[in-house]
Amino acid sequence: MRLTDEETALLRGEAGAARRWAIDHQMRVGRYLGAADFVPVSQAHIMADTESLGAAGVAWLERMAALPQAERQVRVPTITDPRGTDFAAAHRLKQRDWMLDLERRAIAAFQAMGILMTDTCINYQTIMPAVRGEHMAYGDTGVVIYSNSVLGARSNFEGGPSALAAGLTGRTPRYGFHLDEQRRATLMVEIADTPHDLADWGALGGIVGRLAGDYWQVPVLRGIDRVPGSDELKHFGAALASYGSVALFHIAGITPEAVRLDDVADPALAVRARITAADIQAFQQAYRAKVDKVDVVVFAAPQLSLLEMQTLAGLLDGRRASVPLLVVTSPQVKPEADRMGLTARMEAAGALVLSGMCFYNSYAREMAEANQWRSLATNSAKLTNILGGYGYIPALLSMAACVDAACTGRIGR
Amino acid sequence: MTQFPAKAAMGKRVRGRALVAKDGFSARYDLDRAKGVFSRPEHKLAGRSYVGRVLVLDAAKGGVATAWMLHEMQARGIVPAALVLNSINPIMVQGAALADFTMISGFETDITLAVPDGALVEVDPESDPPCLRILDEAE
Repeated sequence: MRLTDEETALLRGEAGAARRWAIDHQMRVGRYLGAADFVPVSQAHIMADTESLGAAGVAWLERMAALPQAERQVRVPTITDPRGTDFAAAHRLKQRDWMLDLERRAIAAFQAMGILMTDTCINYQTIMPAVRGEHMAYGDTGVVIYSNSVLGARSNFEGGPSALAAGLTGRTPRYGFHLDEQRRATLMVEIADTPHDLADWGALGGIVGRLAGDYWQVPVLRGIDRVPGSDELKHFGAALASYGSVALFHIAGITPEAVRLDDVADPALAVRARITAADIQAFQQAYRAKVDKVDVVVFAAPQLSLLEMQTLAGLLDGRRASVPLLVVTSPQVKPEADRMGLTARMEAAGALVLSGMCFYNSYAREMAEANQWRSLATNSAKLTNILGGYGYIPALLSMAACVDAACTGRIGR
Repeated sequence: MTQFPAKAAMGKRVRGRALVAKDGFSARYDLDRAKGVFSRPEHKLAGRSYVGRVLVLDAAKGGVATAWMLHEMQARGIVPAALVLNSINPIMVQGAALADFTMISGFETDITLAVPDGALVEVDPESDPPCLRILDEAE
């Protein structure tokens, strides 16, 4: 890789051990992935829940945080993805003390490095949306795909170590979606029926993700007959990234780089598949058929926007959950939901409103064992895709059907 | 001895028995990391132990957690010997870089069809080009 004088100095350790580790790590990644040089980034976003970090990862962070103040501070604004708990509700989730201890230690280490503990996966809705063409080092696949596709930003999937490295150096290796040539469509899909419900958008993301198959594919959708809202594209993108490891999509006539189809697609690119409402229903039914009685209902992944909180509060008015009902939002949305009375309305129906965490990265297996949860209903296709490996049997339903399931303990047929 | 050159690799040269499937890989989505087995019911290796095995799979899947999880798995010693993929994503590379974990990807053939399950293989990131060698097809 070509290095500037400043990057060479970082590699020599002239700015301390943390930045030397960071640039070396980035060069190892960049060489593997064919980067010719580095590109400056405006922000970094770190995924680092302690279930992923483990004790070894937390100790590693603490060693970094113990370096001299000037050496350990991040150089560009660096924010965090959801954590592995909401301390205010951890006992109700039956999380163990050792989990909370690890979380506290990790948070202290991040704060010592000057990292802003935003604890959110919807920063594009709540913190600061990226600008078209802005280079970022975002973690959380949902953040990357939304920012790349809907906002026209430029980021690869940056796992926790690499996002931290980008925060420390202010740059990232220039490969993948930082490059014009990687942003061209490779897969065209015809959408016969534009989804309406968020779970349907998630199911569509799952279907396209399975078709795409790997990180380097860029789907372009044709046939979407209206401009989808931010929450709809949030669920679509999160599922597409989850099922397909996809980091960028285009929607002809809607997303910013695909004003016209031929802006992103070569004339020879043929339609690979046509997706109908029946396909979307079949995708959901494949999960739903395995669940009758429901142990827990979860709204999360991504964290709920203020508008989703409002819709959910309306669906819960006058009703009462008979099984645990978890509603997960960001630390930025939660105070607004509190102030506007949405949290109180949901809690009156028996919901537990959680902030700053997500469900799947909060020791989901241990929570299942402690609470005897196995069958789960959610309107998040991303969550449905993840939780099977944690021992859950998930069902993907609409938000309204999830509320019904929470109140009756069963899934309606 | 059959040898398969690859586009890229990192880590140390390792030998081990291959665990092979035409399926994806994500440490978060697919593994019970406490027990060291594939746990996602739909995965073609569901229920099988990955500890000490050279995993030969199709494509990197899922979220960003694997970037930390390879390091965490290695610290506890409940970890594959190496990861061999047709198609990687940056998360696998970042995780392997943090953990000094052996990984190789980008073959001219579908590597999941070329390597028999249970074969003794060697992953050699240090050769030019990096390669995977089948040393013994029978377990």
